[in-house]
Parts: sequence; C-alpha cells; structure tokens
Amino acid sequence: MKFFARTLTGLLTAAVIAAGFNSAAGAAPKKEFNIAWTIYVGWMPWAYAAQAGIVKKWADKYGITINVTQINDYVESINQYTAGKFDGVTVTNMDALTIPAAGGVDTTALILGDFSNGNDGIVLKKGKTLADIKGRKVNLVELSVSHYLLARGLAAVKLKEKDIKIVNTSDADIVAAFKASDVTAVVAWNPQLLEIKGNPDATLVYDSSKIPGEIQDLLVVNTETLKDNPSLGKALVGIWYETIGLMQDPGDKGKAAREAMAKLSGTDLAGFEAQLKTTRMFYTPKETVGFLSSPDLAKTMDLVRTFCFEHALLGEKVKSKDAIGIAMPSGEVLGSKQNVKLRFDTTFLKLAAEGKL
Amino acid sequence: MNIVPGRGSRLALALLPFVVIALVYVVGSAERRAANPDDKLLPPISEMAQTVHRLAFEPDRRSEETVLWTDTAASLQRLGLGLGIATLIGLVVGLAIGLLPVVGSTFASLIAVLSMIPPMAVLPILFIVFGLGELSKVVLIVFGVAPFLVRDLALAVGNLPAEQLVKAQSLGASTWQLAIRVVLPQVMPRLIEAVRLSLGPAFLFLISAEAIAADVGLGYRIFLMRRYLAMDVILPYVAWITLLAYLLDFALARAARHAFPWAYVQERR
Repeated sequence: MKFFARTLTGLLTAAVIAAGFNSAAGAAPKKEFNIAWTIYVGWMPWAYAAQAGIVKKWADKYGITINVTQINDYVESINQYTAGKFDGVTVTNMDALTIPAAGGVDTTALILGDFSNGNDGIVLKKGKTLADIKGRKVNLVELSVSHYLLARGLAAVKLKEKDIKIVNTSDADIVAAFKASDVTAVVAWNPQLLEIKGNPDATLVYDSSKIPGEIQDLLVVNTETLKDNPSLGKALVGIWYETIGLMQDPGDKGKAAREAMAKLSGTDLAGFEAQLKTTRMFYTPKETVGFLSSPDLAKTMDLVRTFCFEHALLGEKVKSKDAIGIAMPSGEVLGSKQNVKLRFDTTFLKLAAEGKL
Repeated sequence: MNIVPGRGSRLALALLPFVVIALVYVVGSAERRAANPDDKLLPPISEMAQTVHRLAFEPDRRSEETVLWTDTAASLQRLGLGLGIATLIGLVVGLAIGLLPVVGSTFASLIAVLSMIPPMAVLPILFIVFGLGELSKVVLIVFGVAPFLVRDLALAVGNLPAEQLVKAQSLGASTWQLAIRVVLPQVMPRLIEAVRLSLGPAFLFLISAEAIAADVGLGYRIFLMRRYLAMDVILPYVAWITLLAYLLDFALARAARHAFPWAYVQERR
C-alpha cells in the first residue's frame, strides 16, 4: 500500500498545480485581445475589417494587438466568451443576457451594429396568416431569438405557447428540415430564412420588422477588461465605424467591401444585399447613441428579460426577472442594482461621434 | 507483467483515476466560484445534486413531466429500436454474405461502400426521405451501425474452417441447416461483441439526431441547456448517459458469457 500512498500524493499535487494554472491570469493591463465573431450579415464587417487590415491599423494606433477569430458555432462562441477564452464576442441582446450575464460575467455592450428588421421570420406551409399556426408542430432553435420572435408573434394573435408544439431544430439543418413533409411551420433567421422563403409552398407570416429594435446585434466585451483597457474600446469602435463607412459607400470601394463580405459569409453580392435590406444598420455613431439613449431601450430589454425569465433562461434558481441588473446608458438600472451584469454603454460611441478617437 | 495486485489493491487502483478526476474538478470548481459566484461552467457537486433531484423527482414547470425519466425513456426507445434493427440486419445480411458466395459477390462491395459513408453527411437526405420524427432518428442509428455489424459478421462467417462446412454437407445438411445449426451458433458470440463495440457509435448517432431536431430525449436536453450554459444539467446528463452505456455493455457481456460459455473458455481472468 505504500506504493499507492506515494502515487496518490504525487497525483494529487499534480492535480492541485494543474488547477492552479486556471486562475493564473490576473487583471494586469493586457496588450493582446481576442474577439470572436460568427457569420451573420450584421457581423460580417468584423471579418472584412480583419481581412482588409483595418483591425491592425487601429490596434497599432493604440499599441495593442487584436485577434479577430471566426467561430463556426454561434452558441459555442458565446460559451467560449463566458468561459473567459475571448475578451469580446458578437451576440444578440437576448443571448448576452442569458449566457454571459446570467453566468455572472459582467458584460458591456460596446457597439450596437444593427437590429433585425425582417432577418428573423416565421414561415408556414399551407397557411396565410400567423393564426394558422395553431395546433402545429413548429421547428425552431428553442430558447433562441427565434423562440422570442415566436412568443411575440403568438401574443400578437392572442395564442399561447401551449397552442403549438415546439420542436428544437438545429439552425444548420432547418433548411433541409423544411423540405420534410411532416414539417409545416418553422422560425428561422437569415441566411436560412431566405432559403426557406424560396420554397414554392412557403408563406412568410410574421417577421422581426413587426417588432423593430427588439432583436439587437451587439459586440460585447468583458466589462472588467474594458475598464482596465479603455484603448481596446476605442480601437474596436474605431474599427467598426471605419468598416461600415466603407460598407455603406455607394462607389466602387463600397461595392468591393460588400462583395468581400458576401464572399466571407458564403453568399454572393445579391444575396448579401438582400439580407442587408432586412437589417437596420446604424451607420454612424451618432445614430447609434440616439437609439440607445431612447427610453424604448429599457422597454425592449424588459420584454426580453421577461421572456427569458418565463422560460427559465436566467437559471432555475432565479426567482424574479429583477435578479440580474441591466444598466442603461443613462445610468438607470433595470432590475437589481447590486447585481448589474449587462451594461449598455455609450461612452466610446460618443467619443467616436465627436471624432475624438 | 508479473506484479499482480491483490483484491483490495485492485479496487483501489480502479478507483484511483476517478478520485483524481473528481478532485481536479472540485478544486477547479471552487476556484472559479471564488472568482465569480455565478459561474456556470464548473458548478459545485452540491449544486449538481440539487439539479439532479429537481430533474429526477420534481415535475417540470412548463411541461409538468419529470424531465430526466421522460428523456431517458424516449432516448432508450430510439436506441433500442435502432440497435435492434441494426443487429437483425447485421445477423441476416452478414450471415448471407459470409455463407452464400452468390450473395457475397453481389452485396459485399455495396456494404463495404455504404459503411464508408459518414452518416452525418447524409442527414439532409435522411430528413427529406424519412421526415423529422422518430423514424429518422432510428434510421440514423441503423445507418451508422448496421454496415459495421454486417461486415464484421460476414468476416466471422468467412473465418469458419471450410472443413466444418464440407463435413456438415457430406453428412447431408442443407444450406439452411448449415446456416442455422453450424454457422449461427458459432458467430452469435461475435455478433454480441460487435454490438457491444457499437454501443459508443450508436449513442453518438442518437445524441446527434436528438441535437438536430427533437422535443424530448437526453441529447435534446443537453443541446438545449447548452444554449445557456447550464452545466449543472449537462454534466449529470453526461454522467447518466455514460452509466447507461456502461450498464448496457455490462449486460451484453454477461448475457454472452451466460448464453455461450464455450466461447469464453480461453479467456484470461
């Protein structure tokens, strides 16, 4: 048994040392930052900015390094950010609340790039209006923005979630799913939605243009990292507005940028521009600040957090939707003031609007 | 080679790696909790125990079902059907290919090609042909596992000594009698071994199918919970799946030894 005792102590020491490495990273000023993005029309500027050297230009200006990494799986990218592998990630307002914020990672929405204005939609076979969805099986990514859109749509036609049956379906397979004969209702986002709408028997009965401003596409960063490294915030905002400025350009430069973004997202210029039409982009920092400063933001976030709470997305232990605080740019807090985990912050956007970057 | 642990040491040795893993987990979990009291990535074991209690004994707020058991029942049904059908195909087709040269020449290369198709790659086709319901999940398991079983069994049949078959025939056995009385009993243990080895892939295909489209099941729950990083649900589910697979494997191993003791005479204990 002596042999075992020795081996055991040795292994335990190794285990403790290994665990210790996990927490070695401190809050010291960093020079290198990692940002994750996933393919979505409103986030393609990040891919283009990295490719065209805009990221490097701004990072060099502030003496830092920013690595912009594409993750193939959207939820995985947020999980990785929540686990601390990335300093920032592209995410919707709802997922920012339910994954990092509910997971105790204090998160700041640094940039609001756009809101979905038709990029998410409900499609039926053999049905003309949303009310026809009653009693059907609905395929969608459960607990996602699609689910939120469905809940908002059902409320609009006085139906309840009990009136339908939700089948969780992967976004990667939802296009193929719609072709199956036993699937008669789906909720999807672009680019899949475009593909699904293209089926001859498909009717779009509801989309996110009916709930403008509620599905927001953000770039969020870790609040602590941002506080310790304001140059990261400045560089990211700088990169963003330079890139979407190019994207909006009606001339050849803009077309080249949009073409590159289309290619990076696996579609062509026409497909990309079709998706841009259903995306309400905020091209200038001033416009973004205006949207974020409106009292509607608090109303929207209240709808979102109510949905999240009712579907237990904030965690089973959470007893009230007020458990997690959401800070508005004005400083006003929705929910618990002691536990603010999601912050809408316009400090850096204002710097950009004033041309002080 | 010649240092053989005694009974007590053997148990200690077997438990050691598990203890180490558990300790690493507890330490890691405590560290993350110290840094962030809401951390979801490595929930402490006490919290997972609470979650398991809620999943296994309390009705769900929305569906009013006890989630763990409905998930387990649905998944085991799919797995059982899939593996059962695959085993049956493996037995019948494998025997035919291995024993009958005409069938072998016709289908052996087809099965060889089929077995090389990654089932996940043909998922869209499966959906369109079999719909999105229970059928496509069972078919995915069958498609993933059956070709392997067929090939393995055909090889086992091919490895039987030719003398045996010639002798049985010269004693007047028909092909049918040969198949049922000579070949079948000899390849049954091999079939069970092959099914045991297929348990891993079968679970993989089950979980994948449930991740893609489902409203109940072990894989469904894991991928749903992943949406908000509820590791306190995911980790116990993973442990539960592992336990189920281990028990199935154990049961098959025992059944094989019970039904065909002659096949295990040579086994080193």
